[in-house]
Amino acid sequence: MQNVYLAIVLAPLIGAIIAGLFGVSRKVAHSVTIGAVGLSFLLSLVVFWHIVIAGNAPFNETLYTWLIAGGIRFEIGFLVDSLTALMLVVVSFVSWMVHFYTIGYMKDDPGYQRFFSYISLFTFAMFMLVMSNNFLQLFFGWEAVGLVSYLLIGFWYTRDSAIYANLKAFLVNRVGDFGFALGIAAVLMTFNSLNYAEVFGLAQSGEYQETISIFSGTEWSAMTVICILLFVGAMGKSAQFPLHVWLPDSMEGPTPISALIHAATMVTAGIFMVARMSPLFELSTTALTFVIVIGAITAFFMGLLGLVQHDIKRVVAYSTLSQLGYMTVALGASAYAAGIFHLMTHAFFKALLFLGAGSVIIAMHHEQDMRKMGGLRKYMPITYITALIGSIALCGFPPFSGFFSKDAIIEAVHHAHEIRGGWQTAFAYYAVLIGVFITALYTFRMLFLTFHGKERMDEHTREHLKETPWVVTGPLIALAIPSVLIGMFTIGPLLFGQYFDGSIFVTPEHNPLNPESYHGVLGFIGHGLIQLPFWLALAGLGTAYFLYIKRPELPAVIAERSGILYKILVEKYFADRFNDWFFAGGARKIGSLTWQIGDVKLIDGFVNGLAKFVGWLSSVVRHLQTGFLYHYAFTMIIGLAVLLGWVVYIR
Amino acid sequence: MADLPLLSILIWLPILGGIWVLIVGDKQASAVRPIALIVSLVTFLLSLPLFFGFDTTTANMQFTEQLAWIPAFGINYHLGVDGISMPLILLTTFTTILVILAGWEVIQDKPAQYMAAFLIMEGLMNGVFSALDAILFYVYWEAMLIPMFLIIGIWGGPRRVYAAIKFFLYTFFGSVLMLIALLYLYFQANSFAILDLHTQSLALESQKWIFLAFLVAFAVKVPMWPVHTWLPDAHVEAPTGGSVILAAIMLKMGGYGFLRFSLPITPDASRELDWFIIALSLIAIVYISFVALAQKDMKKLIAYSSIAHMGFATLGFFIGFMIYNNTGSIDGGVMAMEGGIVQMISHGFISGALFLCVGVLYDRLHSRQIADYGGVANTMPRFAMFAMLFAMANAGLPATSGFVGEFLVILAAFKANFWIAAAAASIMILGAAYTLWMVKRVIYGAVTNEGVAKLKDINGRETLILTVLAIVVLLFGVWPAPLLEVMDATVQNLLQHIIQSKIPLM
Repeated sequence: MQNVYLAIVLAPLIGAIIAGLFGVSRKVAHSVTIGAVGLSFLLSLVVFWHIVIAGNAPFNETLYTWLIAGGIRFEIGFLVDSLTALMLVVVSFVSWMVHFYTIGYMKDDPGYQRFFSYISLFTFAMFMLVMSNNFLQLFFGWEAVGLVSYLLIGFWYTRDSAIYANLKAFLVNRVGDFGFALGIAAVLMTFNSLNYAEVFGLAQSGEYQETISIFSGTEWSAMTVICILLFVGAMGKSAQFPLHVWLPDSMEGPTPISALIHAATMVTAGIFMVARMSPLFELSTTALTFVIVIGAITAFFMGLLGLVQHDIKRVVAYSTLSQLGYMTVALGASAYAAGIFHLMTHAFFKALLFLGAGSVIIAMHHEQDMRKMGGLRKYMPITYITALIGSIALCGFPPFSGFFSKDAIIEAVHHAHEIRGGWQTAFAYYAVLIGVFITALYTFRMLFLTFHGKERMDEHTREHLKETPWVVTGPLIALAIPSVLIGMFTIGPLLFGQYFDGSIFVTPEHNPLNPESYHGVLGFIGHGLIQLPFWLALAGLGTAYFLYIKRPELPAVIAERSGILYKILVEKYFADRFNDWFFAGGARKIGSLTWQIGDVKLIDGFVNGLAKFVGWLSSVVRHLQTGFLYHYAFTMIIGLAVLLGWVVYIR
Repeated sequence: MADLPLLSILIWLPILGGIWVLIVGDKQASAVRPIALIVSLVTFLLSLPLFFGFDTTTANMQFTEQLAWIPAFGINYHLGVDGISMPLILLTTFTTILVILAGWEVIQDKPAQYMAAFLIMEGLMNGVFSALDAILFYVYWEAMLIPMFLIIGIWGGPRRVYAAIKFFLYTFFGSVLMLIALLYLYFQANSFAILDLHTQSLALESQKWIFLAFLVAFAVKVPMWPVHTWLPDAHVEAPTGGSVILAAIMLKMGGYGFLRFSLPITPDASRELDWFIIALSLIAIVYISFVALAQKDMKKLIAYSSIAHMGFATLGFFIGFMIYNNTGSIDGGVMAMEGGIVQMISHGFISGALFLCVGVLYDRLHSRQIADYGGVANTMPRFAMFAMLFAMANAGLPATSGFVGEFLVILAAFKANFWIAAAAASIMILGAAYTLWMVKRVIYGAVTNEGVAKLKDINGRETLILTVLAIVVLLFGVWPAPLLEVMDATVQNLLQHIIQSKIPLM
């Protein structure tokens, strides 16, 4: 199987190189990359079958030794178990769909080949990340997806907003990576290995030094330090508060990558990582509590921001932030399986929503403001139906996929609160619960503003409105199918079966997902219908209908009446302003101070003062010398040559 | 091959080649360049057996040569390499080819002397890295300043005289103290052989004085804060080739000095004063990174970036004592020191590449100011791709060589102290900030002025140079194992050596 794994990884890399470096035609560029990622997808299915269906043992092998230093072997290798197999299928499928879609979306773009090269390269990096069997390679993939994200957000590099957004994204991610790298260092110090299997084995057996000294005199639990540092990395990549600020701005990139990277795959890397590290996180309740609080803040407060955005992509972006918060809450509740389950369903329906938004944007001639849309459903029936499916799935109406994953998370948090107690879990529970109402409200607000109601676009745009071509609608349909179905078919094994045995570890007494309470899909749906989340979602839908279809003049009135609250939301809690002022501005200020005062005034001032003094002194004795440094220089060099040459030659 | 005095050839072939080029002279400029190129190529090829014939299992000196030079004082012409110096020699022979290619069409003023200066300097630098006699080392060390002084002084920018003299005085001042220390050691050990000095026992008090004398010499070269201000001036005024050699190799001399002299000769003083070096290294990483952020001149920015990155080398060299105290094992120290050495090699490639990139732009618009550019990617897409790669390597992206050393040093430093590791790791944020902000202002954006609009993309020669560097940067990022393998035995041995006290028992 090793060759299959290698092929999965290398095919997109080769595709990216051919498309990017050899000046090939458009047709070659998209054929090669689509072929390569298609191959990866098919082979991922083979792997899935091999590991999950046929039940073969996980593959855990080293490919080559990266380096050996200080007795530590740093290796590149693959770990393929059920968790990896699931990620492979999701990533390769979404990526493949996005590749097709790009043909339509980037049709007129001069950077066509470059774009295909980048998204193929991204697919390679993401595979490396999910297939890694050690922390080093995880970091490789981690940074590599960040790099491609940077390149793609800044794809239209002549736009100031794009190159502002990509720099911001990279730097905010680097803040997370800073923690992540230290976390890896803490792992190495504690376990003297970076290999997953070895580290997890030692962690479970308890054979490690349990404390780390941070401030002299106080000892911290090693596991808490490790997990929180690693999670800081996840906060960057998965855009958790307060490192969430880069994700909305990343919408400056072309829509296909918003779907692929900033919704379905890369941003979920943090979730994947924490689930992979579950044997470590399970050992630190403190870290789990930290995780659940951060997740809850993100889930609730970022959802609110989706209510006031006018740009269709930004609504979806804030929705993504909020949903990532849901996944993080699941992780913090020890319901890793539920987090991964939501990751998967979300990958399908959120990619669908983004691509749907992109389809609208194509039809609207790259207009993204929903205030200039409306009534699109009769011009674009396929886009409308698929977007509707995505919306229903996102809001969590049964039996669409999002229902299962979201309900599972809410239930799990509820159980976690019963098990662990504490205000943190209670806060998380109410955050995700009320979040359901907000989700339904912003989702249907978007749907109604875009596809229903009055047609608010200008005459010229209206005349040209038509459904997008099949390369665009095809992927929409292909993604709509799993958005509906994937939940009901996979919830049993993923959440309550043995699917993740051996790849995700939960301490039995922590486990908030109780298999005994699960009585099949229909039972789960029946239970869901009498629970609060369903009715909250319905209320959100109803509110959206009332505000944006029935009484479309009301939202403006509400916005005006709520004054400062509305202002806070529009200003995104002032996070961007604060960061620009405090961090970006502060760093530049410190930079010019250290330079102008430290280097120029103090150090050089002293040196030049000294030089002046010496200059005065030497003016006294200057008569003794010729003053031409050339003379000295050449005298010295000739002397040297003769001297050394003489030794070698004469002897 | 085994019988050839390879190291002598690597020293004298380029020097003689340089003299030959001088004799051919500027009148036959068209002949001078190919001669210089061939000499540098042959030198490089002849340096390869050092790598492939290297015995990685031993820390002993290899390819040794010894002739009496001034027998009255026991001064020998004694050469040899170990796992620390050998990679640096290869870095020198490799970089020289690129520098000669880089000056191909650009240098029209006295091309013969230009090429000769670089060839002679190559030989002298190889001498520094292979000398095993302290006086021989000192002679090469000083002699090497002369061609560099001339390169800055003759082919430099408008303030070249100020920069050249500042460069010369700083480094000269440092090395005088080194000479005094070496003479003192001679009277103790009655030998100038560096390996004898390694085993010479010394009282702590004298170790400290020697350590400080060495420190001044090497800290200036690295350069470490606060004796670094000559470097930005030297870089700004130096022609592209001069900057490349300065950044890629000359700075490494300081790091090499710590490994060859300070640590093994004065291990007890090093242990006593390690906090001081660590503090200076962290200041270099954090403070200098902020200074880099404020720069408006591309070359100055890269120069400051060099200082910050070299902070990792010195940090890696001296953190081993703390790790040994905490863990009772030299493993962490080995990892840190190897990380520091890898950082030096990698920085040679990356900073060299970045200076070449600035050179490419400077050759076209005759400006180094960031504000004079903007939107270069529109007119020079191929160049933009390379610049992006090297910028990312400078920001320490994994799978580039820039990541390897930094990562190893951070991993090891964590075993010494959390806050040291955290301060060092801040380069992940700050390094990305100053490098990519420059990329944003220079490469990205809409075309800002007519100059940029008229830019021509890189030609074949420039593409060749940058491609070679790109391959090396990626290769050592993806597979650094061979590099670490050659240095491992030497570094293990050095760490073993320095944790033993050399203070004589009363």
